[in-house]
Amino acid sequence: MQFKSHARSLALALSLALVAGCSSTGGTQDGSMEGTRNGAAGTGVAGSGQVSGTGVGANGDRAGQQADGRIPEVRTIYFDFDRDNIRSEFESVLVAHARYLRSNGNARVVLQGHTDERGTREYNMALGERRANSVKRFLEVQGVSPSQLEIVSYGEERPAVRGNNDDAHAQNRRVVFAY
Amino acid sequence: MKALMTTWLSALLLMFSTLAQANLTIEITRGSDRATPIAVVPFAADGENLPEDVAQIISDNLQRSGYFEPLDRQAMYDRPSSGDEVQFGQWRGLDVRYLVVGRVSREGDGFRIRYELMDVSGSRRMLGESVTASRNELRGGAHYISDQIFESITGIRGAFATRIAYVTARGAGDDMQFALYVADADGHNSQEVLSSREPILSPAWSPDGRKLAYVSFETERPAIYIQELATGQRVRATSFEGINGAPAWSPDGRRLAMALSKDGQPEIYIMDVASRNFERITNNNNIDTEPSWSPDGRSLLFTSDRSGGPQLYRYTVGSGETERLTFTGNYNARGRFAPDGESIFLVHRSNNGYQIARQDLGSGRLVVISESRWDESPSVAPNGTMVIFATQQGNSGVLGAVSADGRASYRLPSAQGDVREPAWSPFLN
Repeated sequence: MQFKSHARSLALALSLALVAGCSSTGGTQDGSMEGTRNGAAGTGVAGSGQVSGTGVGANGDRAGQQADGRIPEVRTIYFDFDRDNIRSEFESVLVAHARYLRSNGNARVVLQGHTDERGTREYNMALGERRANSVKRFLEVQGVSPSQLEIVSYGEERPAVRGNNDDAHAQNRRVVFAY
Repeated sequence: MKALMTTWLSALLLMFSTLAQANLTIEITRGSDRATPIAVVPFAADGENLPEDVAQIISDNLQRSGYFEPLDRQAMYDRPSSGDEVQFGQWRGLDVRYLVVGRVSREGDGFRIRYELMDVSGSRRMLGESVTASRNELRGGAHYISDQIFESITGIRGAFATRIAYVTARGAGDDMQFALYVADADGHNSQEVLSSREPILSPAWSPDGRKLAYVSFETERPAIYIQELATGQRVRATSFEGINGAPAWSPDGRRLAMALSKDGQPEIYIMDVASRNFERITNNNNIDTEPSWSPDGRSLLFTSDRSGGPQLYRYTVGSGETERLTFTGNYNARGRFAPDGESIFLVHRSNNGYQIARQDLGSGRLVVISESRWDESPSVAPNGTMVIFATQQGNSGVLGAVSADGRASYRLPSAQGDVREPAWSPFLN
């Protein structure tokens, strides 16, 4: 799935999360998020975008009650430059995938890590793997079995969009859920 | 002529003659201010319509090296084709230091090239030789002659009769096409080695010039392959879970260093090619990748972010000691040794972007030698005079080359798609 702009993908990610009754609260808001972010109380992931075992453990049980046979539609999350932490606005996306994977024990997903094109290719391969690992740890903390998860880093080799500018870079720094 | 033409080159030409071509052209972007004036007179052809302009190929090679500034043909009012016809006074008047003259004549199904190198200031002949070449080997013959001339004058072995490997890519997202090529060092005679809809990267020449190791995602997972160029035969060397990347041959060709993340994060391993035994040489929670052997095979350069950002380190084989080499700036990666082992070439990030730099290992001094903002993947010519790298021109990836001292540079644009990941072959003759 591709989006014309980073802002649009953020908005879509957020709205889907709201429909699913699961959005995040707190965290720093980005200009593109505007005022649309009113998380349902109690289901949010508290705190910053840093993945932490205790921070996300509490809402795992609740999410499990909303078992759903459909693969969540938002299958790409984005990262800041040179970072591998999960941005708070994407925690709800990960929570939805975690719920799906827990409810569908036979489902498997490849977490494809990507970077923008800056920097050397093999080093970026390692950075892409770090991002995918960051998502994997988040999902495991949410109770997903490691056997359902595989990581493949593409580094900078498969950009979502071409172009050597900030917008293209932002769209290329991503982890894709490939079911 | 020397064994040059008949052995590996013919085999390669034969093998790949039916495959796709993606030749690169050459644009000189900067000439060296220390270049020596030389004149390469068009070779006499005895009325033959030759498929290649041998003198032009030689002249272009010498100019590209940055060591020579060839005289424009328009300025040559005398065109001798042998040493005894040369009137040295005339050429001294044109401020030419050296002169190359020659003649190409038909011999059997092929050609005989006679050439002579004259020292204009000393009024003497420095070199004279006769070489034979088939029709398809004329360019190779010109590269061989360029090598002889270059070495005769500079004392440095020429690297014109070498090859480069590179990767092309087209498209974005789910619709991409990748290909691995080898071509002459001047971008001609390109032959496709592999094409795939999945990424190909990190080609590395075996020290004997017969094989390439590379990373291919053709199974939708990264794996390292070793492919024999003459036969196309290949083996999958590693396909562990996680990263299988950055293959680098030891100088004796018996070991392959690489980055594997099968244990959690990328670590440097050395694989014995014959036995497939692995030795792990880094062990930490950081990124360790992009290994490269020193010319004496006694140490390995690699990139690690153990200090926070990527920096270059040297691991000594045997003692296992590791020392940090780069301290200038907060991004130094993908190092490659110069053939004399006394300096390294690397990707350095500064306020001007990502550029190719040379660091002297004795003094530790780092000097940026490339000029654009998006330069990466340096690969050093086997004689150490030039570094080829990947850069950007407009919105396309192209190959660039710069002399080791940064004074001369050129580009090798391609008509289609992005070109990247250049690897300069070892000496092939």
